[in-house]
Amino acid sequence: MIRVEGIHKSFGEVHAVRGVSFDAPDGKITGLLGPNGAGKSTTMRVLCTLLKPDLGTATVDGADVVTDSLSARRKIGSLPHGSGLYPRLTARENIAYYARLCGLAKDVIDDKVEEIVQVLGISDFANRRAGEFSHGQVTKVALGRALVHDPQNLVLDEPTNGLDVMATRGLRELLEKLKADGRCILFSSHVMQEVAALCDEICIIAKGKVAIHDSADGIRERTCRENLEDAFVAALEMVETE
Amino acid sequence: MMRAFLVVFVKEIVDNFRDRRSLTVALLMAFMMPALILFLIGFQIERVSDSDDQSVTLPVIGAERAPNLMRYLESRNIEIVEGPADATAAAEAVEAGNRDAVLLIPDDFGAQLADMIPATVELYSDQSNTAGNSEVGRVRDALYGYNQTLATVRLSARGVNPMTLRPLNIDDIDVSTPSGRAAIVLGMMSYILLFALLMGGMSLTIDATAGERERGSLEPLLSLPASRTHLILGKMAATCLFMSLALSLSLISVFVSLKLVPLEQLGMTPNFSLNVVFATFLLLCPFIPTGAAWMTLFALFTKSFKEAQTWLGILVLVPTLPILIVSILTLQPRFEYMFVPVLSQHLILVDMISNEPVNGLHVAVSALSTLAVGAILTWVCVRLYQRESLLG
Repeated sequence: MIRVEGIHKSFGEVHAVRGVSFDAPDGKITGLLGPNGAGKSTTMRVLCTLLKPDLGTATVDGADVVTDSLSARRKIGSLPHGSGLYPRLTARENIAYYARLCGLAKDVIDDKVEEIVQVLGISDFANRRAGEFSHGQVTKVALGRALVHDPQNLVLDEPTNGLDVMATRGLRELLEKLKADGRCILFSSHVMQEVAALCDEICIIAKGKVAIHDSADGIRERTCRENLEDAFVAALEMVETE
Repeated sequence: MMRAFLVVFVKEIVDNFRDRRSLTVALLMAFMMPALILFLIGFQIERVSDSDDQSVTLPVIGAERAPNLMRYLESRNIEIVEGPADATAAAEAVEAGNRDAVLLIPDDFGAQLADMIPATVELYSDQSNTAGNSEVGRVRDALYGYNQTLATVRLSARGVNPMTLRPLNIDDIDVSTPSGRAAIVLGMMSYILLFALLMGGMSLTIDATAGERERGSLEPLLSLPASRTHLILGKMAATCLFMSLALSLSLISVFVSLKLVPLEQLGMTPNFSLNVVFATFLLLCPFIPTGAAWMTLFALFTKSFKEAQTWLGILVLVPTLPILIVSILTLQPRFEYMFVPVLSQHLILVDMISNEPVNGLHVAVSALSTLAVGAILTWVCVRLYQRESLLG
């Protein structure tokens, strides 16, 4: 369960996030939707304790990201935008490195890595060095890496960017599986259709503010648009006119 | 959570050992550079020592006009051969490098000598031709010698004590011990060793900082439940290991090449026994974490691999500056200097190599102050690694 309450964040003159609030409940996939530069990545970085909000609070399963950042990081797995692997390590080694860093006991690391390899279906390239991986393979391993400490919450920043259809489908199935486990998944994207296909709840962000936060149907209803894309545009216009 | 430190340390070592290209360049450089420089010195030595006992061949124009001078030159192991046709041909031959020197005896040499007018001889040489300088120098010395001999004869013939022409007796006493002379050459060694040391850790430093950011592996790493202090310290420790590896290799290289280079021929007996090799390693050890922190400090500000490489390429030269300054000013070891990293190690190393007694207090102060500087730099690195702007 992720809770964001009125966070603000500025970088110099740029006021990137202006009072974003939302809840992402367990057992659901929450989509963070917004145009480029809306403040999605900044919000996610705050959740991963990489950035401190200027104002407001955010908690991950009750752990405050500022005052209790280490606990918050234990409860969250993150797949940042443009995640990279260590090209000279194999997929397995990349995952095992994170397992060790998370403090997993020596005797369970191998089993854990194997489990993730199976869940992600990456066994055919698990022992190859990451330098030769395709973009889709990198994303899968990076996601596996983020799951190594069994986080209840998962934050994915534009994970489908640059993936082909099959890889996107694979990722979608994986997220459905994780959702069925009862995890809280926060997923950002600027692609409307993708969010509509995958997410239970959609939080539309524009210009650093939440425009609307509802289910796909709820958003259609409240914006009086049949087409979700039109609804998205209408929601953005609501922020513009404020 | 001591484990995070060790995990990063081990991973960086494994990862960078697999980076064959960078590893080969760094280690090959550490091994080849000292050897190359020592062999160049050895080559120089052979040339210098060769020329002393070999006879010099001197083309002379008009040798028949000065038979006594010719006999004198021959007695000084200078072989007289027939010279070019005339002065122009002589100048051309010297300029083209066919001859190192040509001596021309003008027509009126004998007459001038008889009239007690300073008799002119012309010595053609090319000062910019360093290879021929020692031959020309020997011919010139011989001519001065003949000049002196004639003057003595003339004065004696007139009943004047020839010593009137020598109001000064200049006695050139060289007090440098053979090892001391070697130290001048080997002072360069500390420069080379430090340089190899820094180069050994450079690629790992860049890979672990700017490289990590460029690959996009930094953000997920920092999102893990591990302390950033451990992460950066683990990376720096791995850098230190690579640096000590490079240092060991270059020390072995110096040790082996010194066995092959005939420094004794220059009257040098450098003390580079196995004991000194180990002592040198220990002496330079405190500089390893300091150097690693120095490179990391700047690498943390760079955004990309390329930018980091450019900056560090310049910045590794900075710690070696004190050595250059010392070799220009020829400073003697003093207590105050021991507080300056690099400078202190260099001065102590030169003493060790030249068999001078090494002051234990100096060594202690050098090690402690270097480590203190390293600790401060490391602390700054750890602070920098906590910044939000680290992600860029």
